Amino acid sequence: MKMKIIHAIFDDEQDVLSVVKDLRDREIEVNEVYSPFPIHGLDPVLGLKETRMAITAFIYGCIGLTFGALLIYYIMISGVGKSWPMNIGGKPNFTFYHNLPSFVPIMFECTVLFAGHLMSITYLFRNKLYPGATTTSPDPRTTDDKFLVELTYTDNKDDIIALLKKSNVTEINEKDEI
Amino acid sequence: MHKESKIRDPLILGNKTYHDITKDIARPVEGKANKYWWILFSLSAALMLWGFACMAYTIGTGIGAWGLNKTIDWAWDITNFVWWIGIGHAGTLISAVLLLFRQKWRMAINRSAEAMTIFGVAQAGLFPLIHMGRPWLAYWVFPIPNQFGSLWVNFNSPLLWDVFAISTYLTVSVVFWYIGLIPDFAMIRDRLDKTISPMRKKLYTLMAFGWSGRAKHWQRFEEVSLVLAGLATPLVFSVHSIVSMDFATSVIPGWHTTIFPPYFVLGALFSGFAMVETLLIIMRKVVNMESYITIKHIEYMNVIILFTGSLVGVAYITELFMAWYSGVEFEQYAFLNRATGPYWWAYASMMTCNVVIPQLYWIYKIRTSFVATFILSIFVNIGMWFERFVIIVTSLHRDFLPSSWTMFSPTFIDIGIFLGTIGFFFVLFLMYARAFPVVAQAELKSILKSSGSEYKK
Repeated sequence: MKMKIIHAIFDDEQDVLSVVKDLRDREIEVNEVYSPFPIHGLDPVLGLKETRMAITAFIYGCIGLTFGALLIYYIMISGVGKSWPMNIGGKPNFTFYHNLPSFVPIMFECTVLFAGHLMSITYLFRNKLYPGATTTSPDPRTTDDKFLVELTYTDNKDDIIALLKKSNVTEINEKDEI
Repeated sequence: MHKESKIRDPLILGNKTYHDITKDIARPVEGKANKYWWILFSLSAALMLWGFACMAYTIGTGIGAWGLNKTIDWAWDITNFVWWIGIGHAGTLISAVLLLFRQKWRMAINRSAEAMTIFGVAQAGLFPLIHMGRPWLAYWVFPIPNQFGSLWVNFNSPLLWDVFAISTYLTVSVVFWYIGLIPDFAMIRDRLDKTISPMRKKLYTLMAFGWSGRAKHWQRFEEVSLVLAGLATPLVFSVHSIVSMDFATSVIPGWHTTIFPPYFVLGALFSGFAMVETLLIIMRKVVNMESYITIKHIEYMNVIILFTGSLVGVAYITELFMAWYSGVEFEQYAFLNRATGPYWWAYASMMTCNVVIPQLYWIYKIRTSFVATFILSIFVNIGMWFERFVIIVTSLHRDFLPSSWTMFSPTFIDIGIFLGTIGFFFVLFLMYARAFPVVAQAELKSILKSSGSEYKK
């Protein structure tokens, strides 16, 4: 049987929360919610898993810290530092740990640099956001003041419509699955 | 939904709906610039061009065009650099620290404050660049092999820490700003009519990165904002600490003090908030944001200015005390000379503008007045410039050899470059106010029903 899509449009985020909860309680699949701003409390109701963005930032930060430490180790101590030994301000460059205090600022900056940028790039990739991409929102009003709940149904259309009509829905649009 | 106490003052005034917020934020972008905008823009552009001419002259003839001499070999350039970097601090601080503390009043001002950060840091970056004398060799500051002309960089040097700190700060601030801008660009994209302005529609489509506001995207958006705020907060503190170490790790009496990092960070927050106020008090009128940038926002910022201003005052007095208590006569002389020597007028202006005048904010009527706040914020901007001038020039002008003692007087090139950066800054800010959503509208909509005046009745 052909899948069909319903777009239900709401004016208030509280209505979206309650209607999504009702629909999911009756095991009706809610595809997506488009909103002009984040609706707090929607993620568990919609059954979204927690995002792992923060974990990626931690990993990238560790990579940045290692990169910073290796860069300094090569330039000041092991590689270049062997060919051009330097004694600056009474801080000879024989060992890494002797000079560590003055290496901390740059190791810290590298950590932040890597974590911040690489996490943001990951974020753009995961959301498929890039310069010139076109919007995938079915209704341009969802960036203004409308909240859109997208549902797919097979044969229980009347139930869904009845349920939606009990809530404060402002518009119901039906579409065929592309 | 998040509930807020009824006695808390509203942050959004007037009977607004979500659609009203959209219209209000998009209006300056969709409409035409008014007369005041053009007047301000022409003035700033003229100043900017004059500054560019002075920079070109400096690069063409060398740094001898400035008022520097053998004793005072760092003066207006580094003063202006630190001043601009300080101004560049409030933006990321407002966004990051206030986000971590869940302060809702940040939402009306964070976008403009971050813009100010980026434009301020860009001005700051110009000074070391032209001070290099041969700016086309600026890549020598990066860790690149000797074959590229320079030697490998020295990781013990605070000047190199500065390179890393400021480039990290600038780029991370831009990313933080842009991640927040994407949903707002999408809002403008979806409003623009293709038939009326095809070019603009294309431009905003390009800048909106295809944002569609899916639930999963918002979830990631919030987490990324939070983590970036968590990263940016220590970054803000590290950058100005490192700027202060340019001085503190040297052996010049007056610079060689351990109080410098916290003292510089506080001073930066202090001057940054003052500049935010100067800009926003004008901007709320010019682009009609009176309902969003209210007197309550100004009052909150004034409280922070009062607090940081008082702490800066404590730092000044601590410096004097430590100089006396150290028992080192050179250290004692440096500070005595600062306050009573030939540059007493600079020290007095600093003390008046930074310590005495902000104390007026204890008075409720003054801290809740736009006019008074505007005037006081200008005083703070001037005072903070003098603070850097006092630290830098008065410490240098009494050299180790009394025969080298001298004074500094800026040439018209020094003055021209400084005014030029002010012009450049305002050119960027005015263009931003016309092309960008100046208030983070998506965030603002999320607090409308808890903090809007209509919903608090």
